[in-house]
Amino acid sequence: MKYQSQAVAKPYFIAAIGLFVGQILFGIILGLQYVIGDFLFPEIPFNVARMVHTNLLIVWLLFGFMGASYYLVPEESETELFSPKLALLTFWIFLVAGALTILGYLLVPYATLAQMTGNDLLPTMGREFLEQPTITKIGIVIVALAFIFNIGMTVLKGRKTVITLVLLLGLVGLAVFFLFSFYNPDNLVKDKFYWWWVVHLWVEGVWELILGSILAFVLIKTTGVDREVIEKWLYVIIALALITGIIGTGHHYFWIGTPEYWQWWGSIFSALEPLPFFMMTVFAFNMVNQRRRNHPNQATVLWAMGTAVMAFLGAGVWGFMHTLAPINYYTHGTQITAAHGHMAFYGAYVMIVLTIISYAMPMLRGREAANSRKSQVVEMWSFWLMTVSMVFITLFLTGAGVLQTYLQRYSDNPLPFMEVQDKIQLFYWMREAAGLVFLIGLVLYLISFFVGGDEVQEAA
Amino acid sequence: MSQTFTKSMARNIFYGGSVFFFLLFLALTFDSMSGLPERDNSGNITEQVARGKMVWEQNDCIGCHTLLGEGAYFAPELGNVYTRYGNSTEAIKGFIKSRPKDGIPGRRSMPQFNLSDEDLDAVAEFLKYTSEINTAKNWPPNIQG
Repeated sequence: MKYQSQAVAKPYFIAAIGLFVGQILFGIILGLQYVIGDFLFPEIPFNVARMVHTNLLIVWLLFGFMGASYYLVPEESETELFSPKLALLTFWIFLVAGALTILGYLLVPYATLAQMTGNDLLPTMGREFLEQPTITKIGIVIVALAFIFNIGMTVLKGRKTVITLVLLLGLVGLAVFFLFSFYNPDNLVKDKFYWWWVVHLWVEGVWELILGSILAFVLIKTTGVDREVIEKWLYVIIALALITGIIGTGHHYFWIGTPEYWQWWGSIFSALEPLPFFMMTVFAFNMVNQRRRNHPNQATVLWAMGTAVMAFLGAGVWGFMHTLAPINYYTHGTQITAAHGHMAFYGAYVMIVLTIISYAMPMLRGREAANSRKSQVVEMWSFWLMTVSMVFITLFLTGAGVLQTYLQRYSDNPLPFMEVQDKIQLFYWMREAAGLVFLIGLVLYLISFFVGGDEVQEAA
Repeated sequence: MSQTFTKSMARNIFYGGSVFFFLLFLALTFDSMSGLPERDNSGNITEQVARGKMVWEQNDCIGCHTLLGEGAYFAPELGNVYTRYGNSTEAIKGFIKSRPKDGIPGRRSMPQFNLSDEDLDAVAEFLKYTSEINTAKNWPPNIQG
């Protein structure tokens, strides 16, 4: 660790991992509710468990992004963080607000939570992924502003690199587009239209800038390839991401009461959305091939290459599969969407956060550059278990989705939703089994932090 | 990447491309908004419908159902439930009211939300309004949603 203040990243990473565990446990519950419909009913109904599952994901990824920023910005800027105290303060505010929100979901009925937090005054709750009480949303905005101020001031007073600039652009975009979560008109079509300005312009827009800059940072550090080369790649990737992704929002405007021309705009531009992810894969493999050093932390290199491949498969290939309007007409809102969502979030955002944690954590814990060989082996086992089981979760959900689409939407005698669900149970059971393997991988991941031994040294 | 393609060219494509396509997106948004009243059934958004949307939101219905294909995939699509239930708000209300509070053994069941009569009327009217939004190609493909 080159700068003392990078240490504030550590609590962020620990919180991220803790919430990740919670997210997966609720994922297992949800998977079981798919096959045993009354599991935990009425104590934890499906909608509550799902809220916990998705909100924990968003919050821990945000913790990961913030930790990543606090770690890499001082090093890139070659200066101490503007205010480590502010960073710790916002950490605790964010953690307590997050925990209270999750407890609110679990302990009182959602309608009561809405009433308690004064949702009537400024109704923003009850929309997918934006279920947080309005007061929590305001808290998120305050934390985000303090965080961006802290990072921005650090960037301003130090060396300016392409990586910090792109990261900062991504973070500002994240904060700006989140403001659309406060716009909730009575008109359902408008509500949905601008809801995507948060959801789509986050994950298929500005988050890709954050992803790209973290990946570029880790690749510079682990491969020793010239910064000029890596920065050029970064620009190309994020250029393609925004050029395709902004108008690509149109693939959500096919069937929600918006003008029909979106079927053309959305299909054409989102069909190009795999390109930046493909470039990212080419980028990661090229850089590792051209490496000028063999970094002792091989687990990090594995995570970085895994991110590039899985993001391409999950976001690129599985996204493309149902993005053309004539196909989406039949698949919209089926298990195909769930399949894509799982692999895309895991491949792009979960894995990039685990990449930076893998890179930074050994140094945050006082090591020179890497964990022991034994610890890295356990970590790499967890990589393969989680990644392969996520591939299977995705394949099983895709199988379920194809059958569902056929039976409910495409065949000559379309069947009712619940009848179809009964017929595709087997796929849900297999998905749940794959989910349990994922959990085993996650436990191994946790264990890897506690495996001791002598640190791996860099081969000369 | 080749030497003739420089970092500053890549940077210019990024800034130029992003700004251009964001402005194009804003223009399309502007056009969509002015075209919406023909499709979005906004003429029928009464106070009751608005209240129904709030009931829909404050019980997190989207956590199990889809509405016009968006939401969770655990329970049926409700964008066309009004037509599926024979154009009857009474049938919708009857279903919501009759959910057993302890569920159905071994099966998925909607929770009993104990809605007031006013809220029940409102959410049913909201679903009726939703079913009358003019979606492209009359999505969903058939009555099953």
